[in-house]
Amino acid sequence: MSYHGGTTGWLITRHAEAKELLTHKSFSARQEGIISPVPTELGYAGPADPGAFAKTDDPIHSRYRKLVTGFFTVRRTRQFAPMIERIVHEQLDDLEKAGPGADLVEVFTESVPSRVMCEMIGVPESERKTLQRHVETLGRLSCTVPEALAAVSGMSGFLSRFVPVRMDDPRDDLLGDLIRGGQLDEQELMGMTATLITGAFDTTGNMLAMGVFTLLEHPDQLAKLREDPELMGTAVEELLRFLTISHLGASRWALEDVEFAGQSIKKGEVVTVALPAVNRDPERYDNPDQLDIGRTDHGHLALGHGVHQCLGQHLARTILRVGYEALFDRFPTLRLAVPGDEVPMRDDFVHYGPRSLPVTWDD
Amino acid sequence: MRITADREVCCSAGQCALIAPDLFDQSDEDGSVVLLDAQPDTGRLDVLREVVSRCPTGAIRVEEDPGV
Ligand code: HEM
Ligand code: SF4
Repeated sequence: MSYHGGTTGWLITRHAEAKELLTHKSFSARQEGIISPVPTELGYAGPADPGAFAKTDDPIHSRYRKLVTGFFTVRRTRQFAPMIERIVHEQLDDLEKAGPGADLVEVFTESVPSRVMCEMIGVPESERKTLQRHVETLGRLSCTVPEALAAVSGMSGFLSRFVPVRMDDPRDDLLGDLIRGGQLDEQELMGMTATLITGAFDTTGNMLAMGVFTLLEHPDQLAKLREDPELMGTAVEELLRFLTISHLGASRWALEDVEFAGQSIKKGEVVTVALPAVNRDPERYDNPDQLDIGRTDHGHLALGHGVHQCLGQHLARTILRVGYEALFDRFPTLRLAVPGDEVPMRDDFVHYGPRSLPVTWDD
Repeated sequence: MRITADREVCCSAGQCALIAPDLFDQSDEDGSVVLLDAQPDTGRLDVLREVVSRCPTGAIRVEEDPGV
């Protein structure tokens, strides 16, 4: 198929081939070779900034990634659960005060993940909303070049104020740990912080909001979950699979001419894994288009695969679990305030989700 | 049955620790896999197959018959 700008590119929709591509040594995630599969003015020329490891290959990628993974292990993220619970309940207190009747995105789903990440890194609350706007701008495909430049300079302006201050006075948090570790210079610390902020903010927020919207639109599944709270673990996995909010998928480019899945792919050509399609591959899943919160056969690729598999996945899982549990527990009569098809959607974003989610409940 | 885990290729995604927390943990330092039990009983084979298929880097191998 033809990519934006007329170059030849490929799209993968099969689950098995997706896993193969994302672990294939002939394909690179380096920023300089990635071309968007859909038209957008958002594009990054040249290699990733130092420390921005998501768009690099090993060994550079793993060197950076290993410095932070200690904060994102299964066990470590469980230890963050009390902090996450506190933030979730504080936002639900606000929701209670705002209603009955409120925009769940504004009061709840957008705020929880960004507060969690800011607390982990030590970003002051006064900066959070501005950063969130920048991240949102950079995830909007319809964003113009001047808008993108403004957001990028807003982000880097913040980082170049914030990081040096912390280097002089490291705190007891993720950034403090990285600084004390002594392996990263100022530019790398900035790139790393930016990667964590952009990785965490709108992904988890959209997933939180889409999950609530979806459960409200599938009352039988929500009832099942209420009856058996033990299902929360599989429910979160099923929502990740069913919704696969990373609509643009994961892209790689060929480092050399290579035969892949029976095709000859030329050096430099980009292959995009259509994650939403892969996660509904009928060869992989029974009734792929059906939401079944009791489904146990997951192995979905909503969080990617291979060495770039989502760093924050266990944190995201904990936020989603705690968020859904507390919300449906405290607001048992929660319902949409408008018909489902009138909920405005973020069609033009890298990560899919509702722009706003008008809900109401009985007092 | 014998499990091996290659910490060099592991990317610390934690699928193993999520699926079988009694067999796998992750180091606090860099999140890479820590094997808690290299020779679990054969009843765990299904769980281990799941771990092997979900591990994004192929770091975990299970030898079903080490030929003792
Ligand atoms: C439900 C929410 C989330 C979804 C759906 C999601 C999705 C993804 C996907 C699909 C990838 C792989 C991209 C690729 O292979 O090209 C990825 C990578 C990544 N994610 Fe997430 N993510 C979520 C939450 C988070 C959170 C909370 C963090 C916080 C740290 C985070 C940080 C990252 C980073 C740093 C990477 C790059 C990892 C690497 O290149 O080694 N994500 N995410
Ligand atoms: S699942 Fe694989 S890559 Fe992930 S921590 Fe375990 S061994 Fe490492």
